[in-house]
Amino acid sequence: MEKDNILISHAPHIWRGFSTSKVMYIVVAALLFPTAAGIYFFGYSAIYIILASIITAVLTEFVIKKLRKKKFIMDGSAVITGLLLALILPPGMPLWMVVLGAFFSIAVVKEAFGGLGYNIFNPALAGRAFLSVCFPKEMTTWVLPPYFNYDAVTGATPLSESFVYTDKLSLYKDLFFGNIGGSLGETSAMLILIGAAVLFIFRIIDWKIPAFYIGTVALGSLLMGKDVLFQVLAGGLMIGAFFMATDYVTSPVTGNGRIIFGVGVGVLTVLIRNFSNMPEGVCFSILIMNAFTPLIDKYVKVKPFGFQKKKKNA
Amino acid sequence: MGIVVKKKSAFKGLLLPENKITAKKPIENLPVPEKVIMPLQQSIGAPCEFIVNRGDTVKAGQKIADSTSYVSAPIHASISGKVSKTIKVVNTVTSTIMDAVIIESDGEDRWVELKKLFDIKKSDDFSGLKKIVDSTGKKEILKKIREAGVVGLGGATFPTHVKLNPPPDKKIDTLILNGCECEPFITSDHRIMLEYGRQVLAGLYIISRTISPENIYIAIEDNKEDAIRCLEELIIKMGFSSIFKLVSLKSSYPMGAEKTLIKTITGRSVPVGGLPMDVGVIVNNVATSKSVYEAVIESRPLVDKVVTVTGAIENPKNLLARLGTTIGYLIGECGEVGSGANYIIIGGPMMGISIVDTDFPVTKGTNCILVKEGRVQIEQNCINCGRCVNICPMKLMPLVYARNVKRGNFEVCREYYIENCIECGSCAYVCPANIPIVGYIKTCKSTIAKNNG
Repeated sequence: MEKDNILISHAPHIWRGFSTSKVMYIVVAALLFPTAAGIYFFGYSAIYIILASIITAVLTEFVIKKLRKKKFIMDGSAVITGLLLALILPPGMPLWMVVLGAFFSIAVVKEAFGGLGYNIFNPALAGRAFLSVCFPKEMTTWVLPPYFNYDAVTGATPLSESFVYTDKLSLYKDLFFGNIGGSLGETSAMLILIGAAVLFIFRIIDWKIPAFYIGTVALGSLLMGKDVLFQVLAGGLMIGAFFMATDYVTSPVTGNGRIIFGVGVGVLTVLIRNFSNMPEGVCFSILIMNAFTPLIDKYVKVKPFGFQKKKKNA
Repeated sequence: MGIVVKKKSAFKGLLLPENKITAKKPIENLPVPEKVIMPLQQSIGAPCEFIVNRGDTVKAGQKIADSTSYVSAPIHASISGKVSKTIKVVNTVTSTIMDAVIIESDGEDRWVELKKLFDIKKSDDFSGLKKIVDSTGKKEILKKIREAGVVGLGGATFPTHVKLNPPPDKKIDTLILNGCECEPFITSDHRIMLEYGRQVLAGLYIISRTISPENIYIAIEDNKEDAIRCLEELIIKMGFSSIFKLVSLKSSYPMGAEKTLIKTITGRSVPVGGLPMDVGVIVNNVATSKSVYEAVIESRPLVDKVVTVTGAIENPKNLLARLGTTIGYLIGECGEVGSGANYIIIGGPMMGISIVDTDFPVTKGTNCILVKEGRVQIEQNCINCGRCVNICPMKLMPLVYARNVKRGNFEVCREYYIENCIECGSCAYVCPANIPIVGYIKTCKSTIAKNNG
């Protein structure tokens, strides 16, 4: 043993080895399920949108890291942002708009704030919000599946007022399997749930945010006299609850903080769905609560082991 | 037999790769080295002062340094020979410089006269042993423990005679013997329980006489099934089955930490900033118990220590080494070091301290020397995932410490009860971003301590 080579470091001297990039690639793997649904129902345009979004996201991150003279680490977080953004865009979206959205997500929402770990807003959701402000028409044009028969028809998403249906049972079935209009990856509740199961198996996410989010939406819809099952399955709630609201960086760190976050997003979603002129509220609800995350983390603390209330001095 | 009680951990613990490769290796006596380095501070409390001079001839077991302050333990020569010179060494625990004395061996290993009251290895008449203990007063026992320089050997090195003499307003009703050894690699306590079981149990009986607790538990993790069975047999044989309760604990890191152990066994939570005695509990390590026995019954001072030498080394061993033996000598005794190994740790992989200089001596707190391949740690951004918060056995928010220490906000860390951290390393172990959280916490604690005087 040569003295020159001897390493000095702080304890602990072993590491589980479950790195950030492993976490990120497991999320990517979980997202492949809703991605598969998107490709199955919306065909080639889905593939193009997904590829355009991911490639733009990764390239943007690479270039900006170089400009900031920081090390570029292929940790998979840009892949997630690109993929998530694609999954919450309409399947007929022009590709240049997708590229613009992905660029905005990474350049403005993520890197301008300091990169992974420092962003306040979920990059993919903020990218989508940016696109829906810039291109309201394209962002609300919904292609109906299946797309492979080349008889592309457009129609309303189930949450909009112009949406009509005949048979309730087959509607639930379509919502569950995904054979319905909507964003690329949000239509199939079943495949989103399989993806979520992957996240739970690898202990990537905590059950609290999705449970309290979906629970609050269900309860709120019940109070508003809406069809609860429909409200839960339709729109972006499923993908939002499991893949967006659970984003580590932009959600609270403590258990109780996560409950507050989940309930908050749920209440906002119900309010937007019922009272605003937008059919869908998942995206903006989560973004608004993202802004509250630092505040929640500041005030919701964990009670330490052996904590005793200080006796009041008379 | 039914004297073993099984318990699950009362906290969210970690399941670590155990790597206890020396578990089946009997303790070997390390040959007496040519020289020993005896630092003057080997325990918590005041440092000792030399009571010998350069050039003096000393025998093994002879007191060479002592202190007048209460919280302190004397230090004894571990070999016979000549006091050659004093040097400065770095205290690995506090990172301060302390004085040390070098004793050069005369090769004869002459000892001071030891008065043995009982031969536990040969005699099976344990009632005779009990009689001896029962007829010795509490003061006498504590005095013998102090004079032998016994300190907590689990790693904290708190002087045992102080621990066993709590202030009168603290009623102690529970005594726990800690044989958990929850850190990976280390097997010294495990081997002590197997090979010195009699001394450990007799020591526990002596300790119990000083504080008269209602409940006495022996806590061992269930990955040491042989030690549990061995002590179970001995408890029955020695007639302790009515007073000692053997508890088999589900392996979970950090089970051996006092606070988590007390919580698991008694359900009580040591208050923030408090000590086990605040909830009526005293915890002692098995190696301490053995030393207490040797001090009280054999008047033998603490001059040697079972040390596990393990990791990337040809022939890992459990060695009974004299205090002051250099780490390098122990490593050399275990054969060639693995080719990639460039990392020497005193202690276990979770809480041990990495050192550069193998001339550092074995002290009273040393229980393991781990040689391994170093890992280059590239710290990434915190992603706020909350794994550290989730795993922290002290229910703290480690990410807050890392974040604020980087910015120099040490006061914020205090608002988050940083003093409650036991530095077990669980947070950094699970951190996906590879943040050396414990390093930041140590920096913060020492800065706060400095600022407060």
